[in-house]
Amino acid sequence: MPEPILTVEGLKTYFQLRSGVLKAVDGLSFSLAPGEVLCIVGESGSGKSVTAQSIMRLIDPPGEVVEGHIRYGDTDLLSLPEQKMERIRGDRICMIFQDPMTALNPVFTIGAQIAEGLREHQGLGRREAKAKAIELLRLVGIPQAEARFGDYPHQFSGGMRQRVVIAGAIACQPDILIADEPTTALDVTIQAQILKLLSEIQKRLHSAMILITHDLGVVAAMADRVLVMYAGRMVEYGDVETVFREPKHPYTIGLMDSIIRLGGARDAELRSIPGMPLVPVDPPPGCRFRFRCDEAHERCETETPPPRDLRDGHSVACHLLAAEKA
Amino acid sequence: MTALTARSISAAFAVRGEIGRWSVTMKVGVSIVGLIVLAGIFAPVVAPYNPYFQDYDQVLLPPSWDHLFGTDMVGRDLFSRVIYGIRIDLTVGFIITYVPMIYGVALGALAGYFGGTFDVVLMRVLDTAIAFPFLVLIIVIIAILGPGVHNIYIAVFLVAWTMYARLARAEMLVERNKDYMLAARTLGYPTSRIIFRHALPNIINSSIVFSMADFVLNVLLLSGLSFLGLGVQPPEPEWGAMVAEGRDFIFDAWWICTLPGLAIVLTGTGLSLIGDGLSQRLGQRHQTIL
Repeated sequence: MPEPILTVEGLKTYFQLRSGVLKAVDGLSFSLAPGEVLCIVGESGSGKSVTAQSIMRLIDPPGEVVEGHIRYGDTDLLSLPEQKMERIRGDRICMIFQDPMTALNPVFTIGAQIAEGLREHQGLGRREAKAKAIELLRLVGIPQAEARFGDYPHQFSGGMRQRVVIAGAIACQPDILIADEPTTALDVTIQAQILKLLSEIQKRLHSAMILITHDLGVVAAMADRVLVMYAGRMVEYGDVETVFREPKHPYTIGLMDSIIRLGGARDAELRSIPGMPLVPVDPPPGCRFRFRCDEAHERCETETPPPRDLRDGHSVACHLLAAEKA
Repeated sequence: MTALTARSISAAFAVRGEIGRWSVTMKVGVSIVGLIVLAGIFAPVVAPYNPYFQDYDQVLLPPSWDHLFGTDMVGRDLFSRVIYGIRIDLTVGFIITYVPMIYGVALGALAGYFGGTFDVVLMRVLDTAIAFPFLVLIIVIIAILGPGVHNIYIAVFLVAWTMYARLARAEMLVERNKDYMLAARTLGYPTSRIIFRHALPNIINSSIVFSMADFVLNVLLLSGLSFLGLGVQPPEPEWGAMVAEGRDFIFDAWWICTLPGLAIVLTGTGLSLIGDGLSQRLGQRHQTIL
């Protein structure tokens, strides 16, 4: 296995709220190999976006990364001075946002916005930056890129804007691309186009990508590996084939059962996971999924299940598996 | 060369298109203020007489073709004085509106972006300044410092930034949480650039609209203070001071008070119309007074 480009170890990002401590990310570890696509899946509030923002070091008070290491190559991002971090952000690690309607500044032309990143990080002159920006717009499939360079964001449709956002993010050929639900705000037909574009570009630039989503279809189409999160913790982690074929954690199994499958029995009932996702404000000890788990037992209430490695890097955090093994 | 020409032509068309989209309010307002400003700039050409020249043979003459606005009690041509008055009233009005706007918006933007102690301290200072009635505060400051334009500057600069700071802070609180601000941070831009280059154009609209109303009030403020003898001192041709001078002759020579007064009204109207036009154009619900 090649040296990972990004390693996250025991990441804990907490928010000090008036009502208690929100443990948005609580002891998360994973690694990302160059050129790999990792999907982080989970319900709203499971800590996916906070993980992404922790990597970018964009957590604002009252939030704080209280523990853990985030290594980009050999550098520990968490101990890096802010100025050096600014040089990595937008250059080596880039981010694509959920809503392209608000991710572009309404008062600047799209060309200026893409060119600004190039001038900032690559020190290009005005003219070179413009030429490069037009090339990028062409690359992401904006028709008549040259003419549209001077257009404002409101002159573009949602899908086209997301393409512009992608062009801005890949401008400096980053090593890591973090896409935070890049298709959630788009029409279904456009979603497929954008995913295809992302996948093409990722292959072309050999960037590693962290794709945050709650759409298992997207995971199946894009991912090399999957990380399933629940209430700030990892529940299952492994390569996409294994996790989809043999999900081990009750939560992952529940997620798989709650999607419609082609070729399934017509009268088969679609299962759903009962209850509401846990909001981890001062969470109780033990497994965080136990409140919604059919197979919860006493041990789940007292002991936090540690991630257990099965074969091939497949890792699951559940007491049931320990019982099975023993 | 051709590229340059093509560019300037398209730029000219862009300006034309822009004017075409202005509302009637805006066009009328810009015309009025434009004419007044031009008259002020070319005052030596427009004004038929020296505004300070006293001709004791021509005292208290009613408006006529020789003296469009008549003459005052020491024989000065009122029309010339009103024209030269534009220079004083608009310049001072402009300065006491836009200088506080610059640092008010900057302070408000910083407070809104960073929050924390700076924000709390700034807002308390601001609350304290707002707690006093504006005009009274200014009159007190001038009473302490003595009358004159320089002291008006000092007094207004101390107080007038507060509204701009409030507006900019409020808008910054909204903009700060939008994705494009986060995007600017993920792109690794320095914070100062994010605040002043990326956020500022998005938060300044309400301040621009407010500044037009403020401009009107500030012209009135200057005239008012001068009328009370606290501002521009005679013999400078300031409109408010001229109204004050004509007070004693109002039954014999109505024009000395009335015509400079009308100049104030006309300027105020023009500025208000521009303010309304801008507020429509910039999508602000805030309406100017008058």
